[in-house]
Amino acid sequence: MRLSCTVNGTPQQVDDVWEGESLLYVLRERMGLPGSKNACEQGECGSCTVYLDGLPVCACLVAAGQAQGREVGTVEGLTPAGAGSGELHPVQQAFLEAGAVQCGFCTPGLLVATDDLLTRSRAEGRKPADAEIREALAGNLCRCTGYEKILDAVRLAADRMAAGPTTEAAR
Amino acid sequence: MDFLQPATWEEALEAKAASRDAVPIAGGTDVMVGINFGRLRPSLLLDLTRVPELQQWDDDDGAVRLGAGVPYARVISELGDRLPGLAMAARTIGSPQIRNRGTVGGNLATASPAGDAHPALLAADAEVEVASVRGTRRIPVTEFYRGVKRSALADDELIAAVRTVPPRGPQQYSKIGTRNAMVIAVAAFGLALHPDRRAVGTGIGSAAPTPRRAPAAEEFLAGELDGLWDSRAELPAATAVRFGELVAEAAAPIDDVRGTARYRVHALSVMARRALTWAWADYRKGDPTCA
Amino acid sequence: MSTPTRTPSGAPAQMTGAGGRVGDDAQRPDGVLKVRGEFAYSSDLWMDDMLWGVTLRSPHPHARIRSIDVGPALAVPGVQAVLTSDDVPGEKVYGLELADQPVLALDVVRYQGEPVALVAADHPDTARRAAARIVVDYDVREPVTDARAALGHPTWNQLHDAPAEVTELSRESANLHPHGNLVRHLKVRKGDPEPTADVVVVGEYEVGMQDQAFLGPESGLAVPGEDGGVDLYVATQWLHVDQRQICAALGLPPERVRLTLAGVGGAFGGREDLSMHVHACLLALHTGKPVKMSYNREESFFGHVHRHPATMRYEHGATRDGDLVYVKATIYFDGGAYASSTPAVVGNGGTMGIGPYVVPNVHVDCYGVYTNNPPCGAMRGFGSVQTAFAYESQMDALAAELGMDAVELRCRNALEQGSETPTGQVVDSPAPVVELLRRLEAMPLPPEVPTGDDVDLRDMPGGVSNTTHGEGVRRGVGYAVAYKNVAFSEGFDDHSTARVRLEVVGGEAVATVHTAAAEVGQGLVTVEQQIARTELGVDRVTVHPKDTAVGSAGSTSASRQTYVTGGAVKAACEAVRARVLEMARSVVGRPVADLRLDGGKVVSDLEGVALPLADVLGDTVVEETLEWRHRPTEAVDPETGQGFAHVQYAFSAHRAVVDVDTELGLVKVVEMACTQDVGRAINPQAVVGQIHGGTAQGLGLAVMEEILVRDGRVQNPSFTDYLIPTVLDMPPMRVEILEYADPHAPYGLRGVGEAPNISSGPAVLAAIRQATGLPLTRVPVRPEHLTGT
Repeated sequence: MRLSCTVNGTPQQVDDVWEGESLLYVLRERMGLPGSKNACEQGECGSCTVYLDGLPVCACLVAAGQAQGREVGTVEGLTPAGAGSGELHPVQQAFLEAGAVQCGFCTPGLLVATDDLLTRSRAEGRKPADAEIREALAGNLCRCTGYEKILDAVRLAADRMAAGPTTEAAR
Repeated sequence: MDFLQPATWEEALEAKAASRDAVPIAGGTDVMVGINFGRLRPSLLLDLTRVPELQQWDDDDGAVRLGAGVPYARVISELGDRLPGLAMAARTIGSPQIRNRGTVGGNLATASPAGDAHPALLAADAEVEVASVRGTRRIPVTEFYRGVKRSALADDELIAAVRTVPPRGPQQYSKIGTRNAMVIAVAAFGLALHPDRRAVGTGIGSAAPTPRRAPAAEEFLAGELDGLWDSRAELPAATAVRFGELVAEAAAPIDDVRGTARYRVHALSVMARRALTWAWADYRKGDPTCA
Repeated sequence: MSTPTRTPSGAPAQMTGAGGRVGDDAQRPDGVLKVRGEFAYSSDLWMDDMLWGVTLRSPHPHARIRSIDVGPALAVPGVQAVLTSDDVPGEKVYGLELADQPVLALDVVRYQGEPVALVAADHPDTARRAAARIVVDYDVREPVTDARAALGHPTWNQLHDAPAEVTELSRESANLHPHGNLVRHLKVRKGDPEPTADVVVVGEYEVGMQDQAFLGPESGLAVPGEDGGVDLYVATQWLHVDQRQICAALGLPPERVRLTLAGVGGAFGGREDLSMHVHACLLALHTGKPVKMSYNREESFFGHVHRHPATMRYEHGATRDGDLVYVKATIYFDGGAYASSTPAVVGNGGTMGIGPYVVPNVHVDCYGVYTNNPPCGAMRGFGSVQTAFAYESQMDALAAELGMDAVELRCRNALEQGSETPTGQVVDSPAPVVELLRRLEAMPLPPEVPTGDDVDLRDMPGGVSNTTHGEGVRRGVGYAVAYKNVAFSEGFDDHSTARVRLEVVGGEAVATVHTAAAEVGQGLVTVEQQIARTELGVDRVTVHPKDTAVGSAGSTSASRQTYVTGGAVKAACEAVRARVLEMARSVVGRPVADLRLDGGKVVSDLEGVALPLADVLGDTVVEETLEWRHRPTEAVDPETGQGFAHVQYAFSAHRAVVDVDTELGLVKVVEMACTQDVGRAINPQAVVGQIHGGTAQGLGLAVMEEILVRDGRVQNPSFTDYLIPTVLDMPPMRVEILEYADPHAPYGLRGVGEAPNISSGPAVLAAIRQATGLPLTRVPVRPEHLTGT
């Protein structure tokens, strides 16, 4: 079947999609966007977290056809001005600086989940407390870091996003 | 495999009538796992996410009519006051990503004994509204579960909504998992006190072939509370203990990778005792608890 | 040769880091790519005309194969190849230490999930459906699933000398392999063989099977070469040991089997053995097309070895004052169907099996055994994680028996520099076991968690599942200390190779470091840059993609790469530097004292020389390649286990604070504190990251992680039922790093990665024990154990 949707603000159309394919497979194997990761394909790890119409979801659990006409945002879309620019989104920058990236396989999903959390809390004019950060990121497994430096990164990004100008998120 | 995306409820029902082995998909949190791992190969995937009625909830004739496609995240954020037990259950489900997609309708359609919504729905005396081209019917949720992953849904029917009368008394929900988040229930318990009807509702999850109530426990507690509803006096500790024991006696669990039958029985007795203690404390304070 | 559209590890230029020398918190050179989602992991590789390969695996843990009919699979449209063991052109078995594992099943399958056949097709689902149509006729046999039964040791060996009783094995269990069911028996004999003591504590312990659970699935892309060879892009821990085994299986020389490291999504030991490597190469060579293989999570549980489950019996004897007199231990490691690295795991388990304590009389028997359970091999902590649960539980039990504080007892018997280990090795570098423990004790304890009306469910055991508002919750505090050998032991020729080039690019001196050392997330690429910057005094250092075009770096395991490959990079830099300084002397035209490289210049403070490095180099490219090895170790005596087996030890200690819902048996770890001696922190931020991650994996094993195997079958091959800690399971952590230099190691550093994985779990177990008063002799601890159900 044919699938048309918007990914990171750009209209995309792919053909010959098998109806049983997930949005994750389509992004990775058909649209050349492998940033969203395929760690469990059962919604248990969060590595494939993408925005679907502004809400973070596991792309592995979205049937390709369900994305028809929808807005999809991936980690590639977090980077300001998209791939090729030298800039980083404040969440990306914070993960890098805080040492929250080791193997990095969980990182794309965590970045989207963190961006969602911080965008929401910022809209409410506040920074999330640790307990809220933990509950918000509980769906994103990391096997390398023990999460400590991920929490550091989220706090750092929250501080900067509270202080800095609005960035265009992938949502 | 075909993929159909009906835009209206009528179209969806017609499609289901035409292809009875079609698998409906909403949040995909069960269906896509089956497809990704090659365990599910339906001839037709029927996407219900474009049917507007399913994505809404409203007040209908004194009940909350929760569209089958409303994700858990909205149950938590929008219905914590009207459906407190269900909202508490929803908060224990999967991850934020799963709660943004998973639905009560999907939980019912899968009818897993471990489905997190079931104990809350049982305790609250919910009704499942199902429909086909033949018409619409309401099934009391107690009659909905028919076996492990089997339900009263006919092969041409789809789940439209869940109807629940907003509570007049406190509700509680507890679930055991061997991790502090994102975990399938080892055992779960839902409790609703109905002071208006002088009744008690219970629901047990992951501890029998189907989700089920604990009628003897409900009856016992209703009797014990008979003199206490008005006085709002303290609940005797022995009553809570006995209630817990009776809830546990209603279970018929098995040993599996998630836990032993003995543990499940034990855990239910503790959860039921504690849930009752909390619910009664809320009742004495005069406010139903919210998630 | 064609290369993948998506190449591994990014272009070399993008691996050029921003700065940071030895001792700095330098940032990862691959970090920007990783946060942008542009880092090419092995499962991201892609070529236009590539095929997808899948594996058909045995559903049975033990069976004879009567026949395989691939016809129905070949008939599926889109299928391009279906292969069985008949299609393996070279050696049909492989293995890290013993070649005993079939590339594809021969006549017998020995574990559930053993690869039987391969399919290549144009879509992964087509390949999967085709694989399901292969007809394999199995003659199912009874699996051997108990390690002690497999050896005929039905009862515990009280004398620790020979099995107390050896039963005759049934025909089926006697010969899972031609050489029997014993993979290795390591004996440690020290001091009096029949010691006596005032106080004796005996305990039996069990550790379940843990999975590495790296997030990036086994995957890679094999591209057929024009020379009849193959290029394999793969996530692995040791390119050259893979190459050796692939060459043997394919019957090709090394120059025609070229490996490049693709992005690795975690490893933790699980990528030491081959997974899809040979399979993808076979399919690529047969079809003449690039073939990608990528396991899903379920297949991943069958696609790599796990941590050995262990059954252990310990006996500790001490004086009334708390001086250890003797330790006797019998340890069984269930190695599963194939040897993998079981012999080395047994080596570690046996030689370090009593912990970092001074004991005059030691008697250890450590067995590695074949069964029909899933194969077990390397996982972080390698043979030491299991024994630490036992010996630290014993130390707590002994302290209780003596009425002594558990930390006091440990300090009283602690290993220190100059002590002799059970294998007769004198510890010849700092061993600050006492200080690690004392520092932990001195750290403040976390506050009690509010309960009742103020409760935040997220702080409670059970979390938002709302199982307690404080009812039944009791706090416990536990300590544990452990040690671990760094690098390969027992006489292994443990070396690494580094090629370092210094040249002028765009007017600036740039160094390039080329090693085959696998970057698996730990940050070796950062360390390589830091060392080159430090030794060559330049800012720009490029890390060349990891491949087999340079000599072996040895394995990314055993906490060894910063030591061994770091040592090789340092040595190669020194060789480059010597040549550059010689060039500088030529430029100056006379001998200059105190010449060194710094800030992109050749400088001598004494003589006031400061020549731009770019001027000294001109058009000359200075390149040095050399092999570097740590001081040699030796094999231990087969009868006594005595010998200089280990080049270095790493020491760490943990304090765990837990809240346990004692009625429901649910655990919330409130805080973890860790002290570790790292010799020299080359990159402190990365060191702390290793400690955090190791701590998490130890905690996971203590309270939730286990592959459940029943009758040889895995019951929970998914992230739904194999649970690893979430961010709500991991508590805040306190980390204190000590830096006592090891005079034998480059910069004085110690390997870091494994030690914290060893001491964290036993500390959690001790804390739960303190909270509940239960003996708790098995990990992971389940609610059933805590509630007697």
